[in-house]
Amino acid sequence: MVRIRVDWRTSLDLTGRVLLYLAVPLVVPLVVALWYGEPLAPFLVAIAASLLLGGGFRALPGDPSSLGPREAFLAVAVIWLLVAAVGAIPFVVASTGTIAHPINAMFESMSGLTTTGATTLQDFSIHDRSVLMWRQLIQWLGGLGILILATAILSELGVGGAQLMESESQTRNVNKLTPRISETARLIWGLYLGLTALAVAVYYGLNLAGLAPNMGPYNAFAHAFTSVATAGFSPEPSSVGAFAPVVQWAVVPFMIAGSTSFVLMYFAIHGDPMRLLTSEEFHFYIGTIAFFSAVVAASLVFDSTTQFSTEATVRHAVFNVASIVTTTGYASTDFTLWSAAAKHMLFVCMFLGGMVGSTTCSIKSLRWLVALKAFKRNLFTSVHPNAIRPVRLSGRSVDEATIRDIYAYLLLSIVIFFLFTILIIVDSARIGTNVSEFEAMGAAASTFLNIGPAFGAAGPFGTYDGFSTTTKTAMILLMWVGRIEIIPVLVLFTAAFWKS
Amino acid sequence: MRTVIVGAGEVGTSIAKNLSSDHDVVVIDIDEDRAEQLKYDLDVMTLTGDGTTLTTLRSAEIESADLFIASTDNDRTNLVACETAKTMADPFTIARTKRVEYLRTWELTEKAFSVDFMVCSDLLTAENIVRVVGLPSAIDVDPFSGGLVQMAEFEINETSPVAGQTIAEADRFDALTFAGLFRNDKLVLAKGTTRIEAGDRAVVIGSPESVQAFASDIAPEATPDEADEVVIIGGSEIGYQTARLLEERSLSPRIIEQDPDRARYLAEELPDTLVMEHDATDTDFLARENIDEADVVVAALESDERNLLVSVLAKRLGTDRVVAVVDIGEYVTLFEEIGIDVAINPRQVMAEEITRFTRGGVAENIALLENNQAEVLELKLSDTSELIDRPIKDVAADLGANVVFGAITRNGELIAPRGDTELYTGDHIVVFSEASFVEELTTMA
Repeated sequence: MVRIRVDWRTSLDLTGRVLLYLAVPLVVPLVVALWYGEPLAPFLVAIAASLLLGGGFRALPGDPSSLGPREAFLAVAVIWLLVAAVGAIPFVVASTGTIAHPINAMFESMSGLTTTGATTLQDFSIHDRSVLMWRQLIQWLGGLGILILATAILSELGVGGAQLMESESQTRNVNKLTPRISETARLIWGLYLGLTALAVAVYYGLNLAGLAPNMGPYNAFAHAFTSVATAGFSPEPSSVGAFAPVVQWAVVPFMIAGSTSFVLMYFAIHGDPMRLLTSEEFHFYIGTIAFFSAVVAASLVFDSTTQFSTEATVRHAVFNVASIVTTTGYASTDFTLWSAAAKHMLFVCMFLGGMVGSTTCSIKSLRWLVALKAFKRNLFTSVHPNAIRPVRLSGRSVDEATIRDIYAYLLLSIVIFFLFTILIIVDSARIGTNVSEFEAMGAAASTFLNIGPAFGAAGPFGTYDGFSTTTKTAMILLMWVGRIEIIPVLVLFTAAFWKS
Repeated sequence: MRTVIVGAGEVGTSIAKNLSSDHDVVVIDIDEDRAEQLKYDLDVMTLTGDGTTLTTLRSAEIESADLFIASTDNDRTNLVACETAKTMADPFTIARTKRVEYLRTWELTEKAFSVDFMVCSDLLTAENIVRVVGLPSAIDVDPFSGGLVQMAEFEINETSPVAGQTIAEADRFDALTFAGLFRNDKLVLAKGTTRIEAGDRAVVIGSPESVQAFASDIAPEATPDEADEVVIIGGSEIGYQTARLLEERSLSPRIIEQDPDRARYLAEELPDTLVMEHDATDTDFLARENIDEADVVVAALESDERNLLVSVLAKRLGTDRVVAVVDIGEYVTLFEEIGIDVAINPRQVMAEEITRFTRGGVAENIALLENNQAEVLELKLSDTSELIDRPIKDVAADLGANVVFGAITRNGELIAPRGDTELYTGDHIVVFSEASFVEELTTMA
């Protein structure tokens, strides 16, 4: 008999704790339902499920011991999967529209928890406000990683948190703010909360100032939740495009802040802005947004089919590029209708991502920056084979093992993206829907890299409902794999993980 | 003066020799033969024993010593010896160290390890190399305030761009002060309106970077700049410090180091240096990397034999200037005889520095210029000093003599003196003064 070397009991115990705590945020849509006089059942069932499942895991026989790296990997993967499953319950119980179907509900919930923002909703108007608010809130929870929230609270109960932090951000560049992980998590959490509150104040303030008539308290909260989380759900069918231009401008800084390293932002707020301002990754990140905004704006100007004013051209370019680069997934206009040049630029943006240590998804600017520098170094060493050239980032050298990890991660991401694209094309052909190669590539990148909107039917004002059940199931899995940075899930499928 | 020296190696012996004429010198060494030998060579008292122990120091009568110099080859022995000496009595302690780390620690308080003055051989050697490499046009260069400040004397030749300019025109460097001008071996007052003539010798005081910039301005041909190639062979501590100091002077040297781990370390620490991992005695490699076209090659490997080999190789390939580090003092002339341009012996550099320091008296550090017509001296201002808490221009007006405040260092940082700068207790000042006025100046500090 093969002995299992992973203390799965410990992982499940932690999962149980997180599920128990999930009952708390589920109270929010319950209150919203009470306020608007909508059915309470969807949330009562979900709360019951999270308490039962959480309690059940904790009551399993055997004693949980300390959390090692293997247990942390297992716990991360299981927690993301199960929280999404519990999060899907309200959609199924409410049984309205397309998301009543379990696969669509799971898609919606996973897209929410992974801060993707891809939706299977068809008709927004038929859904309860409380259900739509839950959709927003689950993104906010997923935003900074439900795990960091959990570590902030759970580590106080003596549950080891440092290992989790490590597997959540494989790049290891999260500078700890304090020696204690629970303290760090709490500070980051506080910053996240503060940014969200600021976003609510700004959005609702624009409404009070009479500049955004449809940005009431409900929409202000709903959009604050998903902009700081760089998530992208909106209760409006036409996303942020439903609001006045000034609102669209106001959303941009929050998306950018959500994708900026929270650790560096924390230092910036507490009197040390130079750490952020001298960070090469920050320069690179802001630089990519500026560069692609300029290119997209240019391609809009030279395209005769899109007729925007000068302000609108700049706004749509900056907004949609920022939305894609930060992996938010809002849209200010239906960019599916743009010229090929502009659309393909947005497609390239999907692979970029924001800074490490933020709520962003995708490949992240740090990996690209290190990879580009390492490649430049390779060009140099091919001329001077004996030269030793460390790759430097903000003046500090990056060790070779990290560079290899980053190369491997990039290659793995591209390969998965490629295979996934093929799967979407083949599967769509099987059921006879008309999906072009570019649309398939867009949908693959957008779900796997947790962006949200793609092109064609799955565009920003469209829906993923048209894809087959098989494709949608694959998308659910890949959103899950992509959000937790691939390795924690893939490692579970190796024999070495389970054996000694 | 009664002086106790621990360690009768090359450094200790050399210091003892220099001091024996006007000091009562006691030399302690753990090796009986060496101590015995020294007794016959020099007019000093010798003792055999461990210089870090109570008994040995007691027999050396440490209680009556004014000066205690720990100059063994072992850093920690030297530090413990100073600590022990200070515990037993109150001599002025000087420690020799190899590792720069200890110097950096000491610099934090300037009394750490109970050491009153610390000399770091690797850093000092590197500074010497950089001086030879970086300022070939200087007649005289001396470091002050632990290397933060440099005094340099240059001869202005006819082709120099500053010849014919007034001092105010030539003085366009931050953190650099024109201290004095010698014309026909006579001191000329350095006023803003004084015109610099060809053949003059100018004395400047400032940060090493600004002195370097000044040198490239007045002698662009001789002074290396970004375009010049400096190749350091051997990533020893001396090689590393040399590269670091050259980087500070905005040069981009190359280092060749054979050990992969050390090469990696150097590459990480030195962002502007190109580090190559290879055996420097491989002629094919040297030719492939165009060492023959280098302007200066510094041989800083760990062994003299290998340094000799690479120096000769570099010379044969056609390098302009070769500077070699020579560990054994007797080989210095040998190196220079076979055509190596400059051979630097760390122990000799060390002994000279300690001797120079002990001669200084009240002033922490001095440099004599042009047959003692003028001196550049470093003074630490006490709280009873007559110079403090007033703007420099008032102080200078009161002094009424040819005194120029060249540089001020406060808490380890260089401040370029301006007319309204005020001096405070604890400041180190580097002053250029007429020789006749030096004594009065030191009493005021």
